[in-house]
Amino acid sequence: MNIYVLVKRTFDTEEKLVISGGKIQEDGAEFIINPYDEYAIEEAINVRDEHGGEVIVITMGGEDAEKQLRTALAMGADKAVLINTEDDVEEMDQFTSAYILAEYLKDKEADLILAGNVAIDGGSGQVGPRVADLLDINYVTTITSLKIEGEKVTIVRDIEGDAEELETSLPLLVTAQQGLNEPRYPSLPGIMKAKKKPLEELELDDLDIDEDDVEAKTETIEIYLPPAKAAGRILEGDISNQVTELVSLLKNEAKVI
Amino acid sequence: MSKKVLVLGETREGSLRNVSFEAIAAAKKISGGGEVVSVLIGDSVGEFGAELVNYGADRVITVEHPHLKSYTSDGYGQAMMAVIDQEQPEALVFGHTAVGKDLSPKIASKLQTGLISDVTDIEGEGDDAVYIRPIYSGKAFEKVKNKGGIDFITIRPNNIAPLEREERSGDVSSLSVDITNLRTIIQNVVRKSAEGVDLSEAKVIIAGGRGVKSADGFAPLQELADLLGGAVGASRGACDADYVDYSLQIGQTGKVVTPDLYIAAGISGAIQHLAGMSNSKVIVAINKDPEANIFKVADYGIVGDLFEVIPMLTEEFKKVM
Ligand SMILES: Cc1cc2nc3c(=O)[nH]c(=O)nc-3n(C[C@H](O)[C@H](O)[C@H](O)COP(=O)(O)OP(=O)(O)OC[C@H]3O[C@@H](n4cnc5c(N)ncnc54)[C@H](O)[C@@H]3O)c2cc1C
Ligand SMILES: Cc1cc2nc3c(=O)[nH]c(=O)nc-3n(C[C@H](O)[C@H](O)[C@H](O)COP(=O)(O)OP(=O)(O)OC[C@H]3O[C@@H](n4cnc5c(N)ncnc54)[C@H](O)[C@@H]3O)c2cc1C
Repeated sequence: MNIYVLVKRTFDTEEKLVISGGKIQEDGAEFIINPYDEYAIEEAINVRDEHGGEVIVITMGGEDAEKQLRTALAMGADKAVLINTEDDVEEMDQFTSAYILAEYLKDKEADLILAGNVAIDGGSGQVGPRVADLLDINYVTTITSLKIEGEKVTIVRDIEGDAEELETSLPLLVTAQQGLNEPRYPSLPGIMKAKKKPLEELELDDLDIDEDDVEAKTETIEIYLPPAKAAGRILEGDISNQVTELVSLLKNEAKVI
Repeated sequence: MSKKVLVLGETREGSLRNVSFEAIAAAKKISGGGEVVSVLIGDSVGEFGAELVNYGADRVITVEHPHLKSYTSDGYGQAMMAVIDQEQPEALVFGHTAVGKDLSPKIASKLQTGLISDVTDIEGEGDDAVYIRPIYSGKAFEKVKNKGGIDFITIRPNNIAPLEREERSGDVSSLSVDITNLRTIIQNVVRKSAEGVDLSEAKVIIAGGRGVKSADGFAPLQELADLLGGAVGASRGACDADYVDYSLQIGQTGKVVTPDLYIAAGISGAIQHLAGMSNSKVIVAINKDPEANIFKVADYGIVGDLFEVIPMLTEEFKKVM
C-alpha cells in the first residue's frame, strides 16, 4: 500500500512565546513534530506493518524541518520528502500549503494519506481536507480508529465528543485525533537506521509550480499577544472568607452571576 | 461595497445551535448593509427557517434530501455548492464546529478561495473587515484579511454576540439538489454527550481535573453547575482516568469553550487545556498547589482543597441568588 503522511514542523506551544518586530521569535525556540501528526505517523506504520507497503512522510517548509523528518524516519517511516519553499515563497497560507502538497501527491497513486487534524501553531485544520479535495479523493477528519480490509475502510471519528462509526473506501485521506493510538518513541536502533533512510529534497521548480500559482489568498496583518490580564487575584485568609469574597467578586466586580 | 453573505445554519438534537445566530450577526458586519442569506441543510429542516429570520437573516434557503440526514462532506458539499452556484455570494460564514471545520476547507478548495478559520472577533465592516483568530494554542492572536475574492470565515462559538431576537419577516425557500455518490456511509453515532447541554454554548462551566480523584468526586461540581445553570466540563486527565466521559473534555483535543465563567477545580493548566478555555471571560482556579499553571490565566484563585471549597461555594452562591 502507498501510504503518505503529512507532517508539519511546529513551534512547541508548551514553550514561552515571544513576539518581536511583529513576528513570533523563532531563535532558540523548541520545534517539534505537530503532536497530531505523531498519531498519523504511528497509524501509518501500523497500517504498513499489517498490510505491507511503504510509509512516506512529507513536509513542506524550510531546511530546518529535516530534523522532524528524521524523527519520523526513526519512528519507522520508510522515506521522507522535504518540499523546501524557503527561497521561493514569501507569503503563504493554507491554500498555498495544500496546493503544493497536492501537486506533489497528484501522480503518486496514494492509497492512504494521513494528516493531523490541526496544527498546534497555525490551528486552522484546513490542510488535510483541502489536499483531499485537490486530489479528488474522499476524506474523514478527527478519526480515533481505523480498520482496513481490502478496499473497505471502517472508521470511528470524534464529533464534538460523540463517536461516529462509518464506512468508506480507499483511496482516502484521514486526519488524526488524539486517542487514535499511542505514538512510539524512536528507538536507538531506529535513530541509527533513520540516518541512512532516503530523504529527498524538492523545490517548487521540481514540481513545475509557478510562484504565482501559490500566492496566498489571505494576509496576516498583525500578530500580537493577548492583552495582559491584570494579574489574577489569589485570595487570602481562611477558606470560608475566601469563598465569601469570591462569590461577592463574581457578583459585584466581574458581574458574571 | 456591500456584500451578499451566505451563512450555514446548524441544528443539534432537533433545535438550532446558537452559533447559527452568531454567524448571522457576523455576516451582518461583513455584509456592510448587503443581504444575509442563511442556508439550512438536512433531511427535514424547513421548520427552522423562520427562527433564523427572527435572528436577522434576510432570507433562508433550505436544501432537504434523505441523504442529508447525517452530515457527510460529500452530501453537504454538493448541497452547499448548489446554493453557492445559485446565489453567487461575496462572503461565507460557517461555525467552527465539527461540521463547519470539516466542510469549510472543501468548499474553500472548490471555490479556490482563502479561508480564515476559528475567528473570535471582527474589526471593521464590509470590504474593510479584518478577522481576529487565536494562534499558537491560544498564546497569541493574529489579524487576518482576505486579499480578494470571496471572504470566507468560520467563527468560534460563543464569541460573537447574536442580534436581538425579534419577530421579523423574510422569505424561506427550498432548493432541490440531487445528492449522489456519497463516498462515506454513516453507520451509527454513539451519543456520549450529556443530554441537552452543549458545552460550547454554556455560559457557566465547572470543570474538574485529575484532582477530583473519582467519578463520585464530580458530584459536588455537578451540583454547583446545576445551581448556576451551567455545565460540567473536564480536563483530559479526568477523562483518561475514567472519572467522566471524553465528551466533557475541554481543550485542544476536546471542546473549545468561551463561557462567561469558567471554574477550574483540580486542573493543573497544561497548554492543551488552556487552548480550549483561555478565552473565557472570567476564570476561577481552585487548586492545592499554589504553583499550578492554571493560576497564570485565572482572574481569581483559591489555593485549597477542592473538596472543601466547592461545597462551600455552592452554599455561598445559594445565599446570594
Ligand atoms: C511568511 C510565512 C511563511 C510561512 N512558512 C511556513 C512554512 O515554512 N511551513 C509551514 O508549515 N507553514 C508556514 N507558514 C504558515 C502557513 O501559512 C500555515 O501554517 C500552513 O498553511 C498550515 O496551516 P495550519 O497551521 O493552519 O495547519 P493545519 O491546517 O491546522 O494543519 C493540519 C495538518 O495538515 C498538515 N500540514 C499542515 N501544514 C503542513 C506542511 N507545511 N507540511 C506538511 N503537512 C502539513 C499536517 O498533517 C497538519 O497536522 C508560513 C506563513 C507565513 C505568513
Ligand atoms: C496532543 C495532546 C493533546 C491534548 N489535549 C488535551 C485537551 O484537549 N484537554 C486537556 O485537558 N488536556 C489535553 N492534553 C493533556 C494535557 O497535556 C495534560 O496532561 C492534562 O490536561 C492534565 O490534566 P489535569 O490538569 O486534570 O491533571 P494534572 O496535571 O495531574 O493536574 C491535577 C491538578 O489537581 C490538583 N489537585 C490535586 N488534588 C487536589 C485537591 N484535592 N484540591 C485541589 N486541587 C487538587 C493538583 O495540584 C494538580 O494541579 C493533551 C496532551 C497532548 C499531548
